[in-house]
Parts: sequence; structure tokens; C-alpha cells
Amino acid sequence: MRTADTKTPVDLSLPVAKTPAERPKLIAQHRRTAVLALAVVALFAASVLLGSYTVTIPDFFRILGAHLTDGEKIPGASFIVMEHKLPRAVVGTLIGAAFGLSGALFQTMLRNPLASPDVIGISYGASAAAVTAIVVFGATGAAVSGAAFAGALGVATLIYAISRSGSLGSGGQRGDAAGSRLILAGVGIAAALHAVVSFLLTRTDIRTAADVLIWLNGSLNSANWDRAGVLGIALLVLVPAVALLSGPLRILELGDDTAAGLGVRVGAARLAIVFTAVGLAAAATAAAGPVAFVAFLAGPIARRFVRKASLPAAALTGVLIVLSADYVAANVAPLLLDGTVLPVGVITGALGAPFLLWLLVTSNRKDA
Amino acid sequence: MSPLTTTAASAAARPAPESATAPGAPGLGPLALWLLAAVVVLALVTAASLAVGARGLAPETVWQALTRFDPANGDHAVVHARIPRTVLGLLAGGALGLAGAAMQGVARNPLADPGIIGINAGAALAVVTGIYVFGLSSLTGYIWFAFIGAAAAAVLVYLVASLGRDGATPVKLALAGAALSAGLFSLMNVILVSSRDTLDRFRFWQVGGIAGRDWSVILPALPFLLVGAGLVLATGRILNNLALGDDIARGLGQRVGLTRGVTALGIVLLCGSATALAGPIGFVGLIIPHAVRFLAGPDYRWILPFSLILAPALLLAADVIGRVILLPGEVPAGIMTALVGAPVFVWLVRRGKGAGL
Repeated sequence: MRTADTKTPVDLSLPVAKTPAERPKLIAQHRRTAVLALAVVALFAASVLLGSYTVTIPDFFRILGAHLTDGEKIPGASFIVMEHKLPRAVVGTLIGAAFGLSGALFQTMLRNPLASPDVIGISYGASAAAVTAIVVFGATGAAVSGAAFAGALGVATLIYAISRSGSLGSGGQRGDAAGSRLILAGVGIAAALHAVVSFLLTRTDIRTAADVLIWLNGSLNSANWDRAGVLGIALLVLVPAVALLSGPLRILELGDDTAAGLGVRVGAARLAIVFTAVGLAAAATAAAGPVAFVAFLAGPIARRFVRKASLPAAALTGVLIVLSADYVAANVAPLLLDGTVLPVGVITGALGAPFLLWLLVTSNRKDA
Repeated sequence: MSPLTTTAASAAARPAPESATAPGAPGLGPLALWLLAAVVVLALVTAASLAVGARGLAPETVWQALTRFDPANGDHAVVHARIPRTVLGLLAGGALGLAGAAMQGVARNPLADPGIIGINAGAALAVVTGIYVFGLSSLTGYIWFAFIGAAAAAVLVYLVASLGRDGATPVKLALAGAALSAGLFSLMNVILVSSRDTLDRFRFWQVGGIAGRDWSVILPALPFLLVGAGLVLATGRILNNLALGDDIARGLGQRVGLTRGVTALGIVLLCGSATALAGPIGFVGLIIPHAVRFLAGPDYRWILPFSLILAPALLLAADVIGRVILLPGEVPAGIMTALVGAPVFVWLVRRGKGAGL
């Protein structure tokens, strides 16, 4: 297994050609995906059981059983576990998976590791819409989530329209040029939306501004079962869509012309993939705010670990990132910062930026 | 009145000797006329900046307030109160325009702009640190922190973008800026989330505007602005050579590394002072040089002075419009420039210049 690993070049471009008869490699990949899944389970358990309020495993099942059967509740512990720790971990898991899948879809389709929804400004669309809803219309709860969802979709449509039209007909480089343009258009729109958000922050009282700031960073602090439910339903629709689209996606990786030759309707497939990916990112953002860089980090890290671009591995990696960052934000940071529970996005952002810079430095691609 | 006229006059005077050194340059006459027109536009916008606002004034009143100031006259007091922000707009705008043009030339990158490449984020993080750690509460105190932060971010982004095989391509520069911004904002948010006082002071600085500053903010930044403007304005010919590519520039006898370093120093001085003066203002340094290229062509000896004159006109116009668009409140100039600038940025990207150059 090791020798096979060292042969794999550490290359940013997605592995396009796969030679058949690589059965041992395939088994190793499955094994590594299984390792990721186990890590997710372990981390989920850790974030529910450990931390500033610890619960033993038997206690946890007693609490869970009591909750489900309407049995006798343990004062305090039941509330903390069922209304605080468990929904937090569940929402963290769901947004991790959604962001991870969304980023991997974008990165694979555009064949560019930089093209994730948080880098290209879709998250900023959600932010600007949500902050407008909070500050201008005094929205709370579900209305904010709805605004975030609509904002993400709106900005995604705008960016897609901008990058699609114009001079796209330049032969085989089409996908790459469109990808570059999409990223740059996103960066520009993000800068303008950032100005809007900054301005709105000055137009409100400091209490609202502080709340908005926490939302802007992406936080699991206000995770509850309602949000978990809505997000769960969204994923029930979107994950099967991802599974359906993974076939055309694999063929699109070979290039638009090849894909067209193989009978894929390129335009329709691209559009479907974009909107599924945006839907995933928007649903996750609506639930917890734009947690920075999870979508961007999950795909490349998963690929380095599993040695293959794999959507399930990206989803699992996204969960790992969110859960571990949230563990740090909720349990480690308060010790250092006089009890301030940091939004999880602060941690992912602080870790993600160096990774993006490193990716840029080591990149061999002309357009990235 | 005097600071206004000297700024405009020195700007107008500067290109004259430079153009004299290139007698063969085509279109000299029309360009000089255009430059004159630009100065007139700037003068008009400057006058508007003194006259327009929540309390609009007639041009005669403005003129009287400037020539025969009567302390008892309320209108005159209003005009005088608008002088610092107008001067600041002229200085910061000029600095951003020059820096943007030179940055695009040095990096040979049409998308270079202090907002895009992360300089504003660097300044912001430094200011937040200053507020939180050292308890700063005045703009005068912010200046130095903004300055250091902006300079550090500029150097870092350019270094990161130029590492790797292809050097500082537009996409790499923009992304390095976006990445650095995101990381710095995360660090900044660690402070902002834990300290509400810091957030309250910072949020008003962050929007970027030229209102509410007085001479105590402007004067300390002046030496840096002048040195930076001097360095950058002297580089017109150098940038022209660099535009041909490093190899050709070297062949023409230029010490590429040295000249690039000197220009970068000037840019950092200009950007740092502009950010210190007006807070993070994006897109002015991006749009103006591109607009100027339409007028003046690719010659940096013309692009630089045109940018110096038209950028403050844009910033002041943004400020004037922001004053009246949302009465009784004001929209800061930095927001207005971003709203105007983003579509221009997108248009540049779509035209294909962004991906190719």
C-alpha cells in the first residue's frame, strides 16, 4: 500500500484518467474512506460526551432513552444533552457534509481546487441577505435562514450568468477559462457585498451588530432541532441528487468536448450540478451561517487522504473539519479568552487561509 | 482654499516637463486638453463637495465663505466644516488612484487594487489589535496601525502570489488577497466577538469614509503621501518598460528588481496613508486607471497624472452622492465606491482581460 502511495504525484489537478485493474488501490481507498467514517463517529461522540460538560456513555443512552420514551428525565443533564449538545453535533455534522459535498462538486466540475462556494462569493450572498434581513427588517430565526438561502441562490445565479455569457468559445480551454472568470467575478461581487455588510453593521445598535457578527462568522451556538430538521430534509432531497449527478460529473472531468462526445448533455449537466452544489451550500449557510472554508478545504484534504477525488470522502472530511473546529471553538477557546465561545467559522477561517495560500504557492496550474 | 488649489495645481503642472521629454508622442495636444478637462472636473466636484450636503448651499455662499470668512454666518461655518473632509478626499483619492495605477503596472496585473489584494484587511486587523490591546479610540491613533498593517499585507500578498511557477498572475494575486483577507478577518473576529467595545469602535472605521476627520488626522499622513506620490510619479517610464516584460526591460538597461522595489515602496506609502486617512476604501484604485487607459492609452507617463486627478474626483463624487442619497443619514464614500466598483470589476473580468493578462 505504501509503495502505491508514494507513486501518486501530489498534484492539484484532479486525477482525470483512471487505468482499470487497480483493485488493491481501490480497496485501499475504500479502507481510507472507512477510516474517515470511523473518525466522524468518534468525533461526534466526543463532541456530545466530552467538553465543558461531560456525560458518560451509559448516562447518554439513559438520557436518550428517557427522551424518546418520555421516561424520567435527569434534571439538568437531559436538557444540556438533548437541547444543547446533541443538536449542536447533529447540525455540525449536517453542515459539514453539505459544505464538503458542495465544495467538492464545484471543484470537480470546474477542475479547479479554488472554485469552492466560499471562495467565489456565494457565502457572501447569503451573508448580505441575512444581515439585511436582521438589520433592516428585524428578522430572527427561520426568516434569517430563508433570507440566507435566497441570497446564496441569487448570487450564485448572478455569478453563473456572468461567467457563462461572454466569449466562451475558445476550444478545449473553455471550462478552465470559464472557471477562472467565475472565480474572479465571485471575488469582485464578494468585495461589494462585504461593503454592504460593513455598512449595515454601522446602521444598527451594538447589540444587534454583535449578534450579526457571530452569525457572519458561522456559528453552531444557536443550533437546535428545528434547524437540524430543516437541514435534514434539504439533504434528503439534495444528497440523492448528488448521487445521480456523480456519473455525469465524472465524465465532465474528462473535458466538455469529450463529455459531449460520450453523450452527456454538457450544459444541462453543468447547470444541474451547479444548482445542487449551491443548494447544499445555501442550506448549510441558512442553518449555521457561512462557516468559512469548510467547502474549500474538504475536497482537497479528502483527496490527499483517500488518494482519489471522492464525494463521500469529501462529505466526511467536511464533517470532521466542522466538528473538530467546533470542539476547539466551544471548549478550548473559552479557556483562553475568558469564557468567550468563538463561532466555529473563526477557527475554520484561521486554519483555511494558510492552506489556501499554500495551495496557491505550490500550484502548477496556469490559471490558478 | 489654499490646500485645494495647490494639490490640483501641482498635479496639473507635473506632466508638463515629462511630456516635453517625449516630443514624438502622438496625441500630445489632445491629451493635454483632456488633462485640463480632468482638472476642471476635479474642481467642479471639489466645489460640490463644499456646497452639497444635508444643508445645501449656493456657489456664491461657498465662494464668500472661502474668501471673506464671517464667523457669525452659519452657512460659512458649514462650508468650513466641510473643508477637512474635502481635502482628505482629495488626498486619499489621489493616493488610491496613483497607487492603483502603479500597482497594476508593477504587477502587470489589471486587477490589482488595495481592496482586492488584501491590504485593507491587513490594515483592519492592525487597527482592531490597536483598539483592543492598546485601547486606541481616536483616528489619529489608528493611523500608525493601519499603516503598518497595510504595508505588511501588501508585501505578504505579493510574495505569496509571486512564489510558484507562473509568478503573480491576476487570479493568483486576487486569490492570495482573498485568502489573506479571509484569514485576517477570522483573526480579527476572534477579538471582535470577545470584545463588544472594540466592535463598536471598529465598525465605524471599517466602512471607509472621509467624513468626521479633522486636520490632526491629515497632517501626520502628509509627509508619507508626498514621498509616496513623488516616488510613484517618477516611475512612469519605468512602468512603460516593465509593461514590455521583465526581459525586455532588462535589455533596455533597467535594473528591474531595484525599480520594482522602489515603486512598491511608493505604493505601500500611498496605500497605507490612504487607508489610515479614510479607512478601507476599495475599487477606486482599480477603476480609475482602467478608465484613464481609455482616455490616455497605455503610456504610464500619462496614466499616472490622469489617475492622480480623476481618482479624487471619483472619491469626492461618491462622498457627495452618499451625503444626499439616504437623508437624513449618510452613506460613507467607501460603500458608494464599492457599489460602483464591483460592476466595473465584473465587466473587466468578462471582457477577458482578467483571465488573460
